[in-house]
Amino acid sequence: MTATATPVDNGVNVEALLGARAAMADSPEIAQFQWRSTVTWLNGTHSRSDVESFYGFDDEQHHTTTFSYDIDHPLQFAAQDNGITPVEYVLVALGGCLTAGIAAVAQQRSIQLRSVSATLTAEMDLHGILGADPDVRNGFSGVSVDYQIDADATPDEIKALVAQSQKRSAVYDVITNPTSVTVNVS
Amino acid sequence: MPTTTALIVGAGHCGLAMSRCLSERSIDHVVLERGEVANSWRTQRWDSLRLLTPNWMTRLPGYAYRGGDPDGYLCAPEVARLIQDYATESAAPVLTNTTVSSVRPSAGGYLVQTDQGSWRARTVVLASGAATAANPPRQLEQCVPTGVATLSPTDYRCPGLLPEGGVLVVGASASGIQIAEELHRSGRAVTVAVGEHVRMPRLYRGRDILWWMDASGILDERYDQVPDLLRARNLPSMQLVGTPERVTVDLNALRSAGVRLVGRLAAIRDGIAQFSGSLPNLCTLADLKLARLLDAIDEWAARAGVGGDRPPERFAPTGVPHAPLTLDLRTGEISTIIWATGFRPELSWLDVPVLNRKGQVRHDGGVTSAPGLYLLGLPFLRRRKSSLIDGAAADAHDLTAHLAGYLGTLSSGNPRAVSARALAGQHAS
Repeated sequence: MTATATPVDNGVNVEALLGARAAMADSPEIAQFQWRSTVTWLNGTHSRSDVESFYGFDDEQHHTTTFSYDIDHPLQFAAQDNGITPVEYVLVALGGCLTAGIAAVAQQRSIQLRSVSATLTAEMDLHGILGADPDVRNGFSGVSVDYQIDADATPDEIKALVAQSQKRSAVYDVITNPTSVTVNVS
Repeated sequence: MPTTTALIVGAGHCGLAMSRCLSERSIDHVVLERGEVANSWRTQRWDSLRLLTPNWMTRLPGYAYRGGDPDGYLCAPEVARLIQDYATESAAPVLTNTTVSSVRPSAGGYLVQTDQGSWRARTVVLASGAATAANPPRQLEQCVPTGVATLSPTDYRCPGLLPEGGVLVVGASASGIQIAEELHRSGRAVTVAVGEHVRMPRLYRGRDILWWMDASGILDERYDQVPDLLRARNLPSMQLVGTPERVTVDLNALRSAGVRLVGRLAAIRDGIAQFSGSLPNLCTLADLKLARLLDAIDEWAARAGVGGDRPPERFAPTGVPHAPLTLDLRTGEISTIIWATGFRPELSWLDVPVLNRKGQVRHDGGVTSAPGLYLLGLPFLRRRKSSLIDGAAADAHDLTAHLAGYLGTLSSGNPRAVSARALAGQHAS
């Protein structure tokens, strides 16, 4: 690096994130968040999910607009393919979470990113969800993420970015650790 | 009621180092000890435990290891003897078998109540240890099925005293890897649940890894100079063991010996242990962290012109096993769970408003917000080496200087110190 290098800018406001962490030290309750979505069945395996509000920083919060997602299954499942499958949304969430984390950690470590892309794959045995083999679980038997990253950093520094992103990733934690789930009918 | 200028709680290496420094400044003081000198080294250590630091690193204010094996590692009774010898040679004013039951602000300083009567002290130094109590995960502990014994490293003594059968060791820091290795050698089937860990080779380029960390100044890094102090203070202990053979016990060594490695113990549901799928990343993090440490050491060695006879080495990446994600604790396969999940200070008797929401003492390098109340011996208190015996000297020296300065403000009637004192009293009411 030279003394005239432009400041690292990955488009992440690290100061705001660190400011939030500092504020939480004085008022831990502002860290308590709730994420929400709604889902409505349309037809067959097709449903639509909306995301608009959440709770955090001690107040009701809103996205700038309502985000809407179609969920369905492909033609191979005798469905209409109006949207990706729920398990694919899990991969979408994991890839999005890890990549956001990479950008934030890179900013914090003054590493300029030029390109970041990844391919995610999840292995699944259909015997599980079809109830064809009680020894097979419904969910993934494994998930792989392969990153290609071009950045102003050594290979070990790039590996450390990816490792730190996993360490601080909410979706990675949700997938790798058990979570209590309660489903009610009213 | 007896009165003293400084009252030190705990006659371990930290309390005695502080006592020595106070004596050098002729500050009158007393050291209260719940048991005998070096009590936890006599009562809370397993039979085979040795210090993680080599003998030459056993340095205290005005004292150092003098035996004939500078590169060896003291066993627990030897540590207790050394600390006792230090107390004797320092003529430390220790009152043994005196258990403190409360410390609270009172006019002119603190009122300290013990099972042997009360003291008034202008200043108090908390030196009762960072590892006084084991810290098992309570939520998991209460889900362990009946029939499976559970114990902490402070209760563990030797393999022969455990019930027959397999053992699940939860935690892969110093205590966890040492106990797992010993249990495996005794013929047990051992599973280790691996959370975040700090991988460390015993020897690097022919010398003890701690020699490199000491010589290069890494252990002297100050608390006010690290980028993330919260992280530094919560770092797990180094995966080290002190043995005559100076062996490295890391995850690769455990795995090749036949110990089963699984992810962090995340939950126990209906008697089934669930392990996190994060093991590959935790191994990568530890490998990368070790590589950064060795890079720093090599850079220093090149600058300092040291170790030219032995070139830099790099260790094989941690081989991540195909680990099971669940383990049924009801089958009898696991008869014992050992919570090697860390330790915490035991300060339930501290009745001074200096605790954070997690019950930990808030402090700035051992100086609390309560005037005249100090803390010693916690991880990264003032330096990276603060939790090592070798770290006590510098920390005790610094805190003694601060304490002496505080006494000076009291005698000079500095209004700021007086108002701070009044504030402490106000909080206690």
